[in-house]
Amino acid sequence: MIPVLLIVIPLLSGLATFLIKQEKGAKTWSLLASLITLVVSVIGITMVKDKAALSANLEWLPMLGSSFSVTLDGMGQILCLLTAVAFPMIFLATWNASYKNAKSFYALMLLGQAGLMGAFLAHDALLFYFFWELALIPAYFLCSQWGGERRIAVTMKFFIYTFVGSLFMLIGIIYVYFHAGQNFSIESFYSAALSPKEQNWLFWLFFVAFAIKMPIFPLHTWQPDTYEQSPTAVTMVLSGVMVKMGLLGVIRWLAPVLPMATWQNGDTVGLLCVIGMIYASILAIQQDDLKRLIAYSSIAHVGLMCLAIFVTSEKGMQGVMIQMFNHGINVIGLWIVVELIERQFGTRKISELGGLAQKAPALAILLVVVSLANVALPLTNAFIGEFLLFTGVFTSTVSKMGPVFTAVAGLSIILSAVYTLNMIQRVFFGNTNQLTASAHDIRSNEKIVLGILVVAILVVGVYPKPFLELTQGTVEAIMSKMITKHPI
Amino acid sequence: MNAIVISAIWGVIMMFSGAFSKNLKTVRALSIVGIALLFVVNLLELYGTHLFTVDTKGMLQFDSFGLLFNAIAIGSTAVYFLLNGRDMEKVGLHVAEYYALIFFVLCGISIASSFSSLLMLFLAIEIISIPLYILTGADKRNLKSNEASLKYFLMGAFSTGIMLMGICLIFGAKGSFSIEQIALGDGTLTPMVGAGLLLLMFSLAFKVSAAPFHFWTPDVYDGAPTVFTSFMATIVKAGLFIAFIKLFGDAFGELHGQWQTLIAIITAATLIIGNLTAVFQQSVKRMLAYSSIAQAGFMLFSLVALNGMGREGLLYYTLAYSIPTIGIFAILVRMKDYTFEGFNGLAKHQPVLAAVTSIFLLSLAGIPATAGFMGKFYMLSAAIQNGHVMWLVIIGIICAAISVYYYFRVIQAMYFKEGDAQELETSSFHKGLLVLMAAFVIFIGIQPQWLLNQLYTFFS
Repeated sequence: MIPVLLIVIPLLSGLATFLIKQEKGAKTWSLLASLITLVVSVIGITMVKDKAALSANLEWLPMLGSSFSVTLDGMGQILCLLTAVAFPMIFLATWNASYKNAKSFYALMLLGQAGLMGAFLAHDALLFYFFWELALIPAYFLCSQWGGERRIAVTMKFFIYTFVGSLFMLIGIIYVYFHAGQNFSIESFYSAALSPKEQNWLFWLFFVAFAIKMPIFPLHTWQPDTYEQSPTAVTMVLSGVMVKMGLLGVIRWLAPVLPMATWQNGDTVGLLCVIGMIYASILAIQQDDLKRLIAYSSIAHVGLMCLAIFVTSEKGMQGVMIQMFNHGINVIGLWIVVELIERQFGTRKISELGGLAQKAPALAILLVVVSLANVALPLTNAFIGEFLLFTGVFTSTVSKMGPVFTAVAGLSIILSAVYTLNMIQRVFFGNTNQLTASAHDIRSNEKIVLGILVVAILVVGVYPKPFLELTQGTVEAIMSKMITKHPI
Repeated sequence: MNAIVISAIWGVIMMFSGAFSKNLKTVRALSIVGIALLFVVNLLELYGTHLFTVDTKGMLQFDSFGLLFNAIAIGSTAVYFLLNGRDMEKVGLHVAEYYALIFFVLCGISIASSFSSLLMLFLAIEIISIPLYILTGADKRNLKSNEASLKYFLMGAFSTGIMLMGICLIFGAKGSFSIEQIALGDGTLTPMVGAGLLLLMFSLAFKVSAAPFHFWTPDVYDGAPTVFTSFMATIVKAGLFIAFIKLFGDAFGELHGQWQTLIAIITAATLIIGNLTAVFQQSVKRMLAYSSIAQAGFMLFSLVALNGMGREGLLYYTLAYSIPTIGIFAILVRMKDYTFEGFNGLAKHQPVLAAVTSIFLLSLAGIPATAGFMGKFYMLSAAIQNGHVMWLVIIGIICAAISVYYYFRVIQAMYFKEGDAQELETSSFHKGLLVLMAAFVIFIGIQPQWLLNQLYTFFS
């Protein structure tokens, strides 16, 4: 019942939002709806011990062997929690922003949430594809309608990029379907009879779709432009939550379905991830636009997570689970800061800002914590995640290049410290200029949101145990389907 | 048989109605009554009530596949009449004749979905084609319309000639016009049968506007009065597809291995040419013409695969393609400016129309939760199940991605571009019907179950 609610609440409330006339009403309503979703999600994690309540299997297309099958497993729990947390945060943080035609904006946001929830919960390949695409449509309209100057062309690029990827995946899904007894359920996908050769080319069909979504070098070119041109609230959704669809896709629909090919191509993909990490980090250092900086930084972080999946180690997989949540929280925190700065000064250029700490001390403190989490300093949540990721990569028994990957990927941590600290220094310290001289500190609602995020960052950083326990089951289940040893 | 007889009779009634009544309302009402009656009698036959028993000497055979297709075609025509009745009156003076011609076309389609002799096939194609030549030229004072009509007629007559030659060769080789007789054989291709098969394939490819026989399509669709383009590009095209798949599935199914590659190449060419050319169009009407070529490419998948999924898929695709296209044309026909710029800012002035147009376009592009997705899903599945044409599947999805570009250009114009939208005459009935159609498109996209149930019950 819980998983159905997680999809239906945002869906229906989103459709209802189209009917609300006043801006204020739409805002309040969508905040309320997203809070209810959050409550349901938390209840699903803490209160419900009965397994049956965490999954639902409704009849959908029995003739095609597809059903409306949604289940909250450990990974689903953590990603749904992230989605459920992210939306109220975003609504609160952008409370003071005013959007033209607000009801459509909030309606589309909620519909997007429904799509994301569905993709995280679906345990049926066709259903997964449905939601995978449906999450994209609201994003398309949101970016094209409320984005920056070049929004139309950029969003079109984004859409076509991801759509091509999705179609490749669709072919893969249909092909596996015919080799899985004409059934779309995840169990039959896991036991599909596929030869190593078939697995190999199917692997790339699936991987392209997921790699575009994450994004992995060299398929990342849509990402900085889209993040830059989208309204910040949407960028938060895209980078904080939607990126995880790609990771989830690999973990749930690629690695266990095509274990042989995953094992074979692991190092190739790993190489792409590492190249992407270094490349994106170097580009991040040179950016002057805050949004582009964070966009590139995000590519580097996601690259590490993807790398950890493909080296096939339990530690690494654990790391991915917790880091998916952490990265979502941290990056949303960063975007909120960018949004606040842009709304106050009308610019995102680092070179035009400076000395903000004197004028906005609360913002500065909160930003520094979030930024340190982005660098993965101990005590912050990302430290736990990245530590596990690196341990996983280093100790991998599958990858032949584990130590090399670790060393090169480690470099990107240093680089991330370079660009993050450089950004803090130039934006928040130093002397004020004309633009920032009259700056004021953030409002209380913004303080609350960032405060909550900072608390979450520290709590997970100090006491990650409940999160690790939550996903333990999923990790073991996935690992049991993958090839974990190097057969000689 | 019910549909064939009633549609022919009602065509005649419509013709006379124009002579006896000068009141356009009566004519329109009569056409609605006729199409409703046609729908009912066709359904009756589906459930086993035959109003007419004619001994056709095995030249016509009514199976559930054909009757189901008739139901879809007649139902779509009913929607088309309701939406476009007023617009047809603006084309010219002879409104009753237009209706009559459309009923005759439906008669042809009913024969096309039930023929089991090459003679009947020829008859069906001609009954469909000749009224269309007239409808294309219905706007008598418009030079473009005249040109389109003449072009269509000459090219159409040429392809009919080719078809006749093909039929003769097949007759020569097999000694019979009957599909069953032709299907007999050991699966080897004699030169004479081969030549006949090729000629038939080319002429039918011409009729469904498959590349490289598509050159007439953009000009004819563009030149014809928009109301009739809508009819030609959807219901008629689907009817010809049924004839195509019936002939090649039933008569030449055994030889499938021999012509599969050829039809696959035709499919690929159709997809590529249709989609790439659509990208460069400036007029929405012309874009839709190329889009209809591109969509025909997807329908051809059913011929390439020639399996159960392909056949069901073709029926599904017919509906998933016709309803949105009829809807878009019904909005387009009321606009004065057919360019993409003409749609600028429509969302602001006509939010309902913009929303339904978006849903139709999303469906044509094949986005999940619309009918178009399930249609594409079926076609791709059919080809993948067949297993020999993975390269075609890859071309198919790349083309599907290209199609997003030109369909979304309209959405961009409506929602994201500023512009003073043109005056648009619309009634609440018109709007309401379009909303219903959009709801239907989403409904069968999310719950294809309902439609599939119908299909499966009749197929098993």
